[in-house]
Amino acid sequence: MSIAASVSGFLYRKPRLRLGMLLSAPLLWLGLAYLGALAALFVTAFWHTDTFTGQVVTEWSLDNFTTLFTDGVYRTITLRTLGIAVAVTVVDAVIAFPMAFYMAKFASPRAQRVLVIAVMTPLWASYLVKAYSWRIMLSGNGLVGWLFGATPGYGLAATVITLSYLWLPYMILPIYAGLDRLPDSLVEASGDLGARSWRTFRSVVLPLTFPAIVAGSIFTFSLTLGDYITVKIVGGANQMLGNVVYDNIGAANNLPFAATVATVPVVIMLVYLAAVRRTGALDNL
Amino acid sequence: MRNSRTLRLIAGLMCAGTAVAACGTSSTSSSSGGGQAFTPPKLEALSQLGQPEGALNILAWPGYAENGSNDPKVDWVTPFEQATGCKVNVKTFGTSDEAVSLMKTGQYDVISASGDASLRLIAGGDVEPVNTGLVPNYADVYDFLKNKPWNSVNNVSYGVPHGWGANVLTYRTDKVSPAPTSWSVVFDANSPYRGKVIAYDSPIYIADAALYLMKTKPELGIKNPYALDDKQFQAAVDLLKQQRPLVSEYWSDYLKESQALKNGDAVVGTAWQVTVNLTQSEGAPLESTLPTEGATGWSDTWMVSAKSAHKTCAYKWLDHIISPAANAKVAEYFGEAPANPKACSLTADAKHCETYHAGDAAYAGQIWYWTTPIAQCVDGRTDVKCKDYGEWTRAWTEIKG
Repeated sequence: MSIAASVSGFLYRKPRLRLGMLLSAPLLWLGLAYLGALAALFVTAFWHTDTFTGQVVTEWSLDNFTTLFTDGVYRTITLRTLGIAVAVTVVDAVIAFPMAFYMAKFASPRAQRVLVIAVMTPLWASYLVKAYSWRIMLSGNGLVGWLFGATPGYGLAATVITLSYLWLPYMILPIYAGLDRLPDSLVEASGDLGARSWRTFRSVVLPLTFPAIVAGSIFTFSLTLGDYITVKIVGGANQMLGNVVYDNIGAANNLPFAATVATVPVVIMLVYLAAVRRTGALDNL
Repeated sequence: MRNSRTLRLIAGLMCAGTAVAACGTSSTSSSSGGGQAFTPPKLEALSQLGQPEGALNILAWPGYAENGSNDPKVDWVTPFEQATGCKVNVKTFGTSDEAVSLMKTGQYDVISASGDASLRLIAGGDVEPVNTGLVPNYADVYDFLKNKPWNSVNNVSYGVPHGWGANVLTYRTDKVSPAPTSWSVVFDANSPYRGKVIAYDSPIYIADAALYLMKTKPELGIKNPYALDDKQFQAAVDLLKQQRPLVSEYWSDYLKESQALKNGDAVVGTAWQVTVNLTQSEGAPLESTLPTEGATGWSDTWMVSAKSAHKTCAYKWLDHIISPAANAKVAEYFGEAPANPKACSLTADAKHCETYHAGDAAYAGQIWYWTTPIAQCVDGRTDVKCKDYGEWTRAWTEIKG
């Protein structure tokens, strides 16, 4: 018997070892690189930096969290970031639903494929190119002003527009998948029972696709919470949570406080995920 | 059974990861004092040059290490590479704070540090003393730039002076009239350019407000915009909070600023001369001026990383960048005064050094060069404590809101 055959025979008799070997690489990755880094982040949040030399001082204290909770400016920034995330999610849901509805229920199979590709095309272009394009379009003498006679200029509105554009595919695709799975027979049955189209939509289509919408919102919401580049490019003088993290790492060199601020979106997402778990949205991811 | 053992293994690995992180960032802060009072980590300057190592990683302000990729005519890196065989990588930064944190990675051999970064780099042990004897062109550099508080400690030189200039008041000639002569156009609550002001995105910008208050509110008693006690600091922060509604954008990327000025999204604000030159060359009607209150500015020093593996190339670069030919090119491209007087005869514009007051020590003395604010007031006061840079940084987040 060759070595390969004996090894394979040995593994065949030990299914648990087989499984262990198969999963060890992903588990190492998940445990060490992914969760380990996150754990290191939380530990760092309790340290502080020597403001002059920029060295991290490894003494435990809650000062960073005290600053985070007592300083009004961080509350303002958190609320602003949350507001932007909610706005982006709502805008995306409103735009994505009709689009996905047409794709799933009316388009021919061939058109469906073309549309899915069309929705994904923007994902092939660089994030920065898209954000800077919006900066140019929204500028004082840019395309938006020329078309509509006015431009929102750089600020929160521009940030919401740009982020909605950037994350739209992440909303369309889950809703499309959800609607695709919705059997046409249910819609027909609703019609046979005398429901008009609006009633069918409200009582049949929307409840059954709601988990899909929530699944899409998890993407748009979490991606917006962590973003800092778009707001830097089109946000005018505004800043979001990501900017505070970035400024504390890139500018102030205060890694511990950056870690403290970075826990805010993590906590918000945990709360959000716990809330949407009951809708069954996580099964749709 | 296996499951729980796997879990324990993962837990163990996670702890190890955390411990490594802890080791990597363990504290070695020996100095949190101030001014010349602190003792920098003991590092030796290079005693003699060896063979060039064939590579050099440069961390520079935009415009300081041009290799022809922005403009084929602007290139003083390629001649250096040809002469020394040191292949150059250039990384640019937008603020001194960014430079300090990039320098901590240990990936760069030399850095063009402004005064608000240099002391932090020295105190953090990121840069080492420079043996100026190994830099032949150093002898030519203006004496009034040598061994200054921002490029030396206890008379030990930490680098070679390279050039200096002011953060100028910049405006669109077609949108801003009359031509401004005071920073009041960017600070006054009733400025007609509300929502069109562009400001520098760094805590050090607080000094610009302090400089304005120094001249307009003498009762605050500000003697140096980098030495602010509680009351003075609060006044500067309040001024900047009042300025916040006027601001269209805070810039740290000079290209983004150039674009905003070109499109008229911003019409007045603080800029570097290089941004003004660049934007003018693209056809925007832009002018800059040194307002009556004076200005903050920079006096830059090329420094050598303590962790550099290419020290000979680094010294060759230091010598190259302050050589008359290269110094003239940088000074003209960036729009600043060169450190080497011999550069003045090599500039394309014969009056460049005159325009930028290159040899004028008295004029240079009027610009408030970026300096790291520390608890011990740099203006020499001993009866009060000044706000240190950490507090400036926190205030900056608060100002932006």
